[in-house]
Amino acid sequence: MKSDVVIFAVEQQRIAGRLPTMPFFLALTVLLVVLNLGAMGTGAAPVGWAEIWQWFNSGMVAGNDEAEQSMAVISVIRLPRILLANLAGAGLALSGAALQALFRNPLADPGLLGISSGAALGAGTMIVTGSLWLGGLAAWAGDFAVPIAAFVGALSAIILVQALSGGKARWAPTTTLLAGIAVNALAGAGIGLLSYLADDAALRNFTFWSLGSLANATWPLMIPVMMLVVPGLFFLIREAAPLNMILLGEAEAGYAGVDVRRLKQRVIGFSALCIGALVAVTGIIGFIGLVAPHLVRMSIGPDHRVLLPGSALLGALLLGAADLGARTLAAPAELPIGLLTSLIGGPFFLWLIYRDQGT
Amino acid sequence: MFRPSGCIDAPGYLVRGKDAPIFLMSKKLYQKSLAMLEASLVSIRFRERKLLHQVSLAVRPGELLVLAGMNGAGKSTLLKILSGELQPDAGEVRLAGQPLSSWSLSKLAEYRAVMPQENRLTFPFTALDVVAMGRYALHGGYPSRSDLGLARSIMKTLDVEHLATRLYPTLSGGERARVQLARALCQLYDSKISQPTLLLDEPTASLDLGHQQTALAAAREFIIREGGGVCAVLHDLNLAAQYADRVVILHEGEIYADGSPDDVLRESIITQAFATRVVVTRHPALNCPLVATRP
Repeated sequence: MKSDVVIFAVEQQRIAGRLPTMPFFLALTVLLVVLNLGAMGTGAAPVGWAEIWQWFNSGMVAGNDEAEQSMAVISVIRLPRILLANLAGAGLALSGAALQALFRNPLADPGLLGISSGAALGAGTMIVTGSLWLGGLAAWAGDFAVPIAAFVGALSAIILVQALSGGKARWAPTTTLLAGIAVNALAGAGIGLLSYLADDAALRNFTFWSLGSLANATWPLMIPVMMLVVPGLFFLIREAAPLNMILLGEAEAGYAGVDVRRLKQRVIGFSALCIGALVAVTGIIGFIGLVAPHLVRMSIGPDHRVLLPGSALLGALLLGAADLGARTLAAPAELPIGLLTSLIGGPFFLWLIYRDQGT
Repeated sequence: MFRPSGCIDAPGYLVRGKDAPIFLMSKKLYQKSLAMLEASLVSIRFRERKLLHQVSLAVRPGELLVLAGMNGAGKSTLLKILSGELQPDAGEVRLAGQPLSSWSLSKLAEYRAVMPQENRLTFPFTALDVVAMGRYALHGGYPSRSDLGLARSIMKTLDVEHLATRLYPTLSGGERARVQLARALCQLYDSKISQPTLLLDEPTASLDLGHQQTALAAAREFIIREGGGVCAVLHDLNLAAQYADRVVILHEGEIYADGSPDDVLRESIITQAFATRVVVTRHPALNCPLVATRP
């Protein structure tokens, strides 16, 4: 019986306004590969295509002598950054798509759960006050201090949301939304207080952290991030079929055999894991989780079996392109990537709403 | 004595009775093999209001049961208790002899399907997608060609097959209702369960005259082909008269009348239970009551 499983009930081309699915995926994949290769060659230090080819051939390791400097740039500086761009884009978009299904609302966004604000509060606390009370520990942790504090902040936020709307409240959409608003407000108050107490240097540091940046990507940092995010992505994609069912309505999904409460618990848990780990390293990057799933849904439909992988691909593509822009538009300085995504994402989102007004 | 219906998949003894052979079997085995959905003395309150009081109802396989009553009499509440969505404060619901709370959600989905009163899907799935999704318990979200073929044939009996490639949010209210009914039927057709139960909450509410007949005819066909039972909440007493094997009237949370359409659809009973005047005659073309309202 497994041999005659079909992916789509109706060939997608027959539906007006939809793109054919396999070509869509092929195009996204090709674009992503090209973008990543291009990103390897772009930046302050010039690296040509010939050198990229040489880097692949030499087994992708860096050496010490002059000729291999450019390869070191690729391996040590750019590759982790490209990996982070792909992971963060995919993670944000995938979580966004899954949460939109859970809330049965295409305007839902990972920020609704308060995870980003919690991470910002954690990072802010470390940046502004870390030296005061952690002292030597903060210095020893070095590059890891702020990401760890941010991750702790993110986890605290989701635990608070869980306490308010999980358990007996069964993750009812309204309750979860209100809990997220409450956590966002609390974190916002904390961040405001920190900003008030901070000196100029710390304030500037924190502001740049919260505008988002992929510059912190180093291999020692990327290993734990990958260990947290990749399983999260994998488990989220597996929930595609139940997420389709929950769109019918929670009661209807329950009648058809879906354990809605456990599904919500799993999806929120894995999303929180992915986003918490990513935001801890990148700062706050908005709109990817909102815009990528929206675009994919407009192109190939709401079926999560293709929407989830498609969102991940498009998210990686969008963030990779944004990072390229961040690195090149104001070279040799770097624009904060969250700024770019907001500058482009905001008007685009307005256009989407304007467009949908007619329907 | 019992009335055998469908195929009873359990051992027993065949003995010679007075006029005809008699099949003897244990009551527990009988209940289990019948996969009958039965509520016993259920009561439920909301805040201080009594929604249902000691209501007992069994949805027997091979039978179309119509639940009728005024707005607020407790029909939808009773249906939700039967489907497992609501827990009663007192009494219990059993399916095939086992209490409903002991059933896992996926197992329950193989034995009963529900068509709720409102449909909430706003995402642009096609109508065929929606019907095929009903069969989730069997295909896990990945329908096969045979699942899709079954979905199409069910849609054909409900006159929505021509809408298969249309997007669900673009359909009219009546078309959506028929698609939802098709989804519920698709959940139960062609499964290894011999007597599944179908619970319908106002399936004909938004349907036109012709499609009201189509929908109930499809429910009847389900009973014949799958051997299961159907419990439908209907407002139209004439549809109940034409299609029901049994009519149960709820009044203020209690069972007011329970019997065949001829026994229950009488002027005195309807006038009391619905607080409105009616005239009941005989349908000129069919052998069933005809209920006419009057101011």
